[in-house]
Amino acid sequence: MNDLANYNFAYLDEQTKRMIRRAILKAIAIPGYQVPFASREMPMPYGWGTGGVQVTASILGPSDVLKVIDQGADDTTNAVSIRAFFQKVANVAVTTRTADATIIQTRHRIPEEKLGEGQTLVYQVPIPEPLRFLEPRETETRKMHALEEYGLMHVKLYEDIARNGHIATTYAYPVKVEGRYVMDPSPTPKFDNPKMHMSEALQLFGAGREKRIYAVPPYTEVVSLDFEDHPFEVQKFDRPCALCGAENVYLDEVVLDDKGGRMFVCSDTDHCEDRRAHGHAGAMLAPAAKESQEAAE
Amino acid sequence: MSAVPLLKVSDVSKFYGSRIGCRNVSFELYPGEVLAIVGESGSGKTTLLSCLSTRLMPTSGVVEYHMRDGQYRDLARMSEAERRFLMRTDWGFVHQNPADGLRMTVSAGANVGERLMAVGDRHYGNIRAAAGDWLRRVEIEEDRIDDQPRAFSGGMRQRLQIARNLVTSPRLVFMDEPTGGLDVSVQARLLDLVRGLVHDLGLAAVIVTHDLAVARLLSHRMMVMKDGAVIEQGLTDRVLDDPREPYTQLLVSSILQV
Ligand SMILES: Nc1ncnc2c1ncn2[C@@H]1O[C@H](COP(=O)(O)OP(=O)(O)O)[C@@H](O)[C@H]1O
Ligand SMILES: [Mg+2]
Repeated sequence: MNDLANYNFAYLDEQTKRMIRRAILKAIAIPGYQVPFASREMPMPYGWGTGGVQVTASILGPSDVLKVIDQGADDTTNAVSIRAFFQKVANVAVTTRTADATIIQTRHRIPEEKLGEGQTLVYQVPIPEPLRFLEPRETETRKMHALEEYGLMHVKLYEDIARNGHIATTYAYPVKVEGRYVMDPSPTPKFDNPKMHMSEALQLFGAGREKRIYAVPPYTEVVSLDFEDHPFEVQKFDRPCALCGAENVYLDEVVLDDKGGRMFVCSDTDHCEDRRAHGHAGAMLAPAAKESQEAAE
Repeated sequence: MSAVPLLKVSDVSKFYGSRIGCRNVSFELYPGEVLAIVGESGSGKTTLLSCLSTRLMPTSGVVEYHMRDGQYRDLARMSEAERRFLMRTDWGFVHQNPADGLRMTVSAGANVGERLMAVGDRHYGNIRAAAGDWLRRVEIEEDRIDDQPRAFSGGMRQRLQIARNLVTSPRLVFMDEPTGGLDVSVQARLLDLVRGLVHDLGLAAVIVTHDLAVARLLSHRMMVMKDGAVIEQGLTDRVLDDPREPYTQLLVSSILQV
């Protein structure tokens, strides 16, 4: 008897998967609406993506190819352990290459490479309720969604401008889905918000602790909230990636030494590696590449 | 005053189980008219105000409101969405405790601007200008616009609550003991302000108070409640100067002794 025999395929039992799939189908039918579901205990703590893991487990089939990222990277602890989990309990193929994946489970980022039809992005969501910040009562927030009373979202943005002179919200920037429900895109940077709009891929959101699933079906309108005189803008970086030279990508700051040395590199590690493999080199890499070439000569 | 009532109240009763909240109350309120509801604690003032403002469903009776489109609507037959829309556009509600009517953790400017944003205003500069304007009208320094009401005195909070309610130019405002928690000197200033605003804006108002001095200063007409029923009503000066019911006479004389 091998290890796999101890588990049902993808860990969850079939009854649970059916329950979660029903919630997912309802979520797809009502884009942006938070569907309650009976979240299960998973063999990992809340905050580690238990909602995303349950969604992935429920849609995963033997022929799927799974990619897992955390902050855009495939090699961080959270991503590595979730990937290992599904290799163990579902024996599925895994990849770090965005284009090869059929399911991408993510915490914080949407890959730089444009996703296509047939791909599904599964977000791990800590707090699904965008109105929670100003209205702690669940009964009231549900009513506000039902009646489309979203003035409070703009109160939050108003406060932002009053305090900072501009909309300083950079993560979990609220969006309106298909002109109806206001949704929290999970802690992704607002840089990624435009990628959600009219995406060819299916986007599913799972919040384990809060027991909510919501969805953005392919080709759905996703609009970031703003004011006429303070329109939505994505973060701009004043330099390209130090490793691969990419522009218009989301960069992370990396500290190089204790003398204040630092560089900005792609947060999407797969995208960065892929570009380097195709001969692109950023400022930090160019001299190093030259050196190693010289050494080889 | 216009010839058509804004609010028509017919035989409204509210029971809490077998306990009487208020019973068989009927009256009409005209645009620009201020009605005070007075009576001792437990006489049913808050219950009646809640029934009028859709915060409570009456057990029986009808409350009709003259909508801006000229139609009368039975409030109990409106959808919740319509009622809530009415409450944040055409109506105001000033709570005795400002914390119940304000968002204590957002700035004064956002507290005033919220209703504008709720009805679709999406221009930050305009919202802020309107908020600043309203702060000035309720005598709050404009440079407090980014402060949270937590940092305000009780009187300022109450004035902020009033500004927050009036920014959408409502036609009808409900107030439950608006000066209840305030010092006497602060009360006087607030009463002056409310009187001025009600007059300038031509607001209709229903004000619940146990303080006959408040009724005297603010209202055109008053109703005296006892054990859930209205026992006397009329023009404020008439009721206070020439009370007919023995109970009202008692109320008035006990006030005069103070
Ligand atoms: N939620 C409630 N449940 C039961 N009885 C209530 C409730 N609210 C008020 N009452 C009763 O209804 C009567 C009128 O109360 P209320 O309207 O609060 O009077 P007032 O505002 O004049 O003090 C009182 O006898 C009170 O005890
Ligand atoms: Mg009361």
